[in-house]
Amino acid sequence: MMEEEKINQIVELVLRQLQEEGLVPGGLKNQPGQPTFPQETITTGAATVFHPGAALSTHAEIEIDLPDPAGDNLRWLPRVKNAKDPGALIELMASTSARIGVGRAGPRSNTASLLLFQADHAITQDALYRDVDQRLLDEFNLMTVQTSITEGREEYLLRPDLGRQLSDAARQMITEKCQKNPDLQLVVGDGLSALAIESNLRQIFPVIVQGAQSAGLRMGTPFYVKYCRVGVMNDIGDILQPKVLILLIGERPGLGRAESMSAYMAYQPGAGQNDANRDVVCNIFEKGGTNPLEAGAFIVQFAQKMMQFQASGVKLKLAAG
Amino acid sequence: MLLRTKLHGKTYEFPDVRLLMGKANEEKSGDRLAGVAAESAAERIAARLVLAELPLWVLRQNPAVPYEQDEVTRVIQDAVDETVYAEIKDWTIGEFREWLLADTTTHEMIQRVSAGLTAEMVAAVTKLMSNLDLVLAASKIHVTAHCHNTMGAPGRLSSRLQPNHPTDSPEGIRAEIYEGLAYGCGDSVIGINPSDDSYSSVSRLLEMTYDLIKEWEVPTQNCVLAHVTTQMKCLQSGSPVGLVFQSISGSQKGCESFGINVGMLDEAYELAKKHCFPSGPNFMYFETGQGSALSADAHNGWDQLTLEARNYGLARRYHPFQVNTVVGFIGPEYLYDANQIQRAGLEDLFMGKLSGIPMGVDACYTNHARADQNANENLAVLLTAAGCNYFMAVPMGDDSMLSYQSTSYHDTASLRQLFRLRPAAEFEHWLESIGLMKDGRLTELAGDPTFFLKR
Repeated sequence: MMEEEKINQIVELVLRQLQEEGLVPGGLKNQPGQPTFPQETITTGAATVFHPGAALSTHAEIEIDLPDPAGDNLRWLPRVKNAKDPGALIELMASTSARIGVGRAGPRSNTASLLLFQADHAITQDALYRDVDQRLLDEFNLMTVQTSITEGREEYLLRPDLGRQLSDAARQMITEKCQKNPDLQLVVGDGLSALAIESNLRQIFPVIVQGAQSAGLRMGTPFYVKYCRVGVMNDIGDILQPKVLILLIGERPGLGRAESMSAYMAYQPGAGQNDANRDVVCNIFEKGGTNPLEAGAFIVQFAQKMMQFQASGVKLKLAAG
Repeated sequence: MLLRTKLHGKTYEFPDVRLLMGKANEEKSGDRLAGVAAESAAERIAARLVLAELPLWVLRQNPAVPYEQDEVTRVIQDAVDETVYAEIKDWTIGEFREWLLADTTTHEMIQRVSAGLTAEMVAAVTKLMSNLDLVLAASKIHVTAHCHNTMGAPGRLSSRLQPNHPTDSPEGIRAEIYEGLAYGCGDSVIGINPSDDSYSSVSRLLEMTYDLIKEWEVPTQNCVLAHVTTQMKCLQSGSPVGLVFQSISGSQKGCESFGINVGMLDEAYELAKKHCFPSGPNFMYFETGQGSALSADAHNGWDQLTLEARNYGLARRYHPFQVNTVVGFIGPEYLYDANQIQRAGLEDLFMGKLSGIPMGVDACYTNHARADQNANENLAVLLTAAGCNYFMAVPMGDDSMLSYQSTSYHDTASLRQLFRLRPAAEFEHWLESIGLMKDGRLTELAGDPTFFLKR
């Protein structure tokens, strides 16, 4: 088949590039000329594929043992065939995280680029529908309360209104266990990405706590909200009456990037408020986003500014100029 | 008003036009959220049976938000061509559907009737259409517009090059533009969603894209999709602006949640006519999407399809160069899965065209919706069959700034090849003259961004 031949060429090209760059130590296990496209495969191990069809024709076993195409080394390989300026292509690609220099097969994308896209979509899907690791919450002594979502993630996605309201049990628990009228109330919410909380909380949490201490701010009792939407800040504000409420929440995942977290902040939040009353620091993640350590320090500073002007959101913008 | 039918031995009655309109929709999570969705599959069809008998004048008299309360309603009602309206007001919605689909009904006839319609009528007939009805009816209507080049002519398919970058780096954006142009994309506009809405950043991107357009003599226009007030400042201070952009909503309250009103858009339009660098006469670019009014609690209890139709009624006031729904961007609480996104995409394209809008579609989805790239490609094929003016062209369909997936550079090239369509004429000539296209096909040189490094 013609497609087979093309794919073989691409695989060979990529692997040759890798060998030259020393990224594949053992080199190619299947030699050029052998069929590499299994018609029937039996998985005999995590990464080893046995191909009986090949054995029939060449009396040789095929072993495919691939390096991770989503890793930094392979992800950014230039894939444009016969580029006018191959060196410049690498520079162009380095200037953006967008998927350029990807090459084509006719008008479609080539196989490596297509599969990388699908791989990134897959990992994002897997990150989306799960809860924040309980061990992490225990580590920071975060008690868990829940919004009015009772039927799981599906309902959470469909009913943003319920995700903005605390459940009765949550109201009671917060009333009983949390300090009232703090300067700073820190709340953690899953939002649309558990991974975002897991990736950033260990860095950002201590910075906020220590920053608040050294600024002489009284911290309330932090807790975790499951099935959390940003609007739940109003309910929490009504119960605890903090000066400033900070909500750390997982953002909607991008393709292959589910670790991005936002910090929403509001001065004296309460019923009826909306995004115009809030400020947000978004894209908090390591490597390419707002670094969580820096974000933590910024958040404490910003909270002090809110207290100074007794305002947040559009009002703060107008007051502080 | 009595709105009642029997169906399979059961009686269904609807208290008012608002609920009749809501319940007649195909299933959408947003209508459920708004409390206007049919409670059973049979009730949905019962609503359609009644709606099919409703004359157009009832919808004229029952706008989603009352005339006195809402300037979007006033814009739409005041623009109705009363002569045309008088001719069609007694048509039922069912008759209107059949008229649109009839082989004897031409593009010119539809364009004339379009002037006599309100958004509620456009929405109502859409509810009676199956998916293939929508594709067929939309494919009859060709709305062209001209800025630096012509869009929407039969046999043409354009794309907005969308070279977004997480930190607005001019170098990164330029690299993405090179690759997009190398796939033949960008004939509708080179349009950047900025992550920084400030005047200095927006004007810098306008300058950079303008310089690139001039250097390569690209027959297209630029646009930085900042808030309209930022773009107005750019226009007033002499930045090179091709198209003026704004997201709009189907009610006054919805527009207010975007920080805009009709007076502001009027002012932007006047500035655009005066200062935009292309020849025009169409200078405006709007984005819409089902669910946006509901998400701002600005839907006045009406369904998201009707509110979306009102977007087109408002957009029409400004003779836009292009309008597109960003159909799957809003998320699963409004459009739950690939089925609902697909339906909404077809509805929006049809409604835009019926409203006389040069309509494109951002076929797209977010990662928390039950959809994937295969479903998105399916939708793009259907929309192309329906005569969509343009799609987004995003590197591999993955927007690295807005964190959603749309159509790709490759998709523009593939859809053209599949449907034997070509870029906008001026753009096609340009692609041929630099050697990237021959007889409507990309050449061997295509797909290489380094092609544009040296003129």
